[in-house]
Amino acid sequence: MSEEKAVSGPLPVVTWLKGANTNDPYIEGHKCGECGAVFLGERSTCSACSARDSISAVRLSTKGKLYSYCIVHRSFPGIEVPYISAIVDLEGGGTIKGNLINIEPDPEKIEFDMPVEVVFQDALGRKDKDGNNYLSYFFQPAA
Amino acid sequence: MSEVFILGVDMIKFGRFPEKTVPQIGAQAALMALDDAGLTIKDMEALYCGNLGQASAMVGQRILQEIGQTGIGVVNCSNACATGATAFREAWMSIKAGVHDVVLAVGVEQMGKGLLGGGGGGAGIPKEGLLGSGTMPAVFAEAGMEHARKYGTTFEQFAKVSVKNHHHSTLNPKAMYQIETPLETVMNAEMISYPNTKLMCSVNVDGSAAAVLVSEKKARELGMSRAVKVRASVLTSDPYSERDLVMPDVNAVTRKAAASAYEMAGVGPEDVDLVELHDCFATAEILHYENLGLCGDGEAGRMIDDGEVELGGRVPVNVSGGLLSKGHPLGATGIANIYEVSTHLRGEADKRQVEGARIGMTHVIGLGSACGIHILESVA
Repeated sequence: MSEEKAVSGPLPVVTWLKGANTNDPYIEGHKCGECGAVFLGERSTCSACSARDSISAVRLSTKGKLYSYCIVHRSFPGIEVPYISAIVDLEGGGTIKGNLINIEPDPEKIEFDMPVEVVFQDALGRKDKDGNNYLSYFFQPAA
Repeated sequence: MSEVFILGVDMIKFGRFPEKTVPQIGAQAALMALDDAGLTIKDMEALYCGNLGQASAMVGQRILQEIGQTGIGVVNCSNACATGATAFREAWMSIKAGVHDVVLAVGVEQMGKGLLGGGGGGAGIPKEGLLGSGTMPAVFAEAGMEHARKYGTTFEQFAKVSVKNHHHSTLNPKAMYQIETPLETVMNAEMISYPNTKLMCSVNVDGSAAAVLVSEKKARELGMSRAVKVRASVLTSDPYSERDLVMPDVNAVTRKAAASAYEMAGVGPEDVDLVELHDCFATAEILHYENLGLCGDGEAGRMIDDGEVELGGRVPVNVSGGLLSKGHPLGATGIANIYEVSTHLRGEADKRQVEGARIGMTHVIGLGSACGIHILESVA
């Protein structure tokens, strides 16, 4: 009975989504103290400047701007299309990729540099083999 | 260090050969390149083999098991879509190093159909369509849209790349397709990832290409009349750039390789008579006009509009039909584009011949990332 293995509360969709099981989830970056480069996921060495042991965890902003995107009309079987695959630069550093939601998937409606916010929601109902729910992040036009 | 020459080079007509094995497909091109050089496998001192799909399955040795087990050293390499160029470059380096005088490089691939990339992996749940898209058409669409944000490049301009390359392929009997695709047809084809329609995505095909590389000493001994000189061979990986780990940066890796290649060859972009570049998607080709210095930054849209990159234009790009229409058998592509440029430099490209071609450039990108660039020169 796979459902029995499920833990209580959602799991994070990626390791760098923190606090998935709380009411204060956030995206964690790892920032180089030498050059300021921001990475996703833990590391000890900076790939921008090669500095060692100068990396520390930072909480990334939920505010950002749309840097680039595309509109996906064909994906793998079972994946709902169309959707907007978006690259967002966060205020204060860090770039993340995700789905841009709550806007029509129409290039006429989407503007480069439009302000967006990061929102945390269930991962489109996707569960792992043990029946766990996941918390994911999405972008939506800033209010 | 010795100069390096291509003495024999060829490719099979790209297509779908599910009834054949990968080594059988590779062996075909190997024999064709040996014949083109007037040599046999017994003359080869080493084999450098590029293949992705069976990267751990000793494809090079299995090619020798098809055409002659002479006991020479074999290097199998895999470097995403730069695999063929990497195998060729390893062969080039072995001559530069003075270790060998005559070696064979083979690139081969047998592909399935459908989308590449986006498979995900890792723990938990599939991320495709949840955290954006990792499919190749989407990744290269996003790279194209970055150009659009900087310079206002339009869907129509991206689509014109595909019109041009499909037109070129009608003149190339070794291309997968020889079909004209007018602008409306390209733009109205099934949208895969905006702004790339189906006709703006490279074709998954099976194929192989091979080259015989020799030292200057060997070239003089065997005859230089059809030899092609390798003026530059460069391989780079992606240097750090701000968004590279989230949005693969195919620009910086290409610019770094191009700068090194021009320096090594002692030529500039203005000296290049034709280019075979990595048009895995129509959006990608536009970026590389600028990355390779064929035009200034922001001028790529104008360049495709003005026809400068068509056969007969100032610097024809992908007169073979490119990956978009000749086809893209991943591990073979980097040697197939060396075959194409060499054929023009030899004056043997028939209907698609770039008149008076003396210097040509080949370029491939393996996402993740690797960039391989070669500059070749006619010596006839």
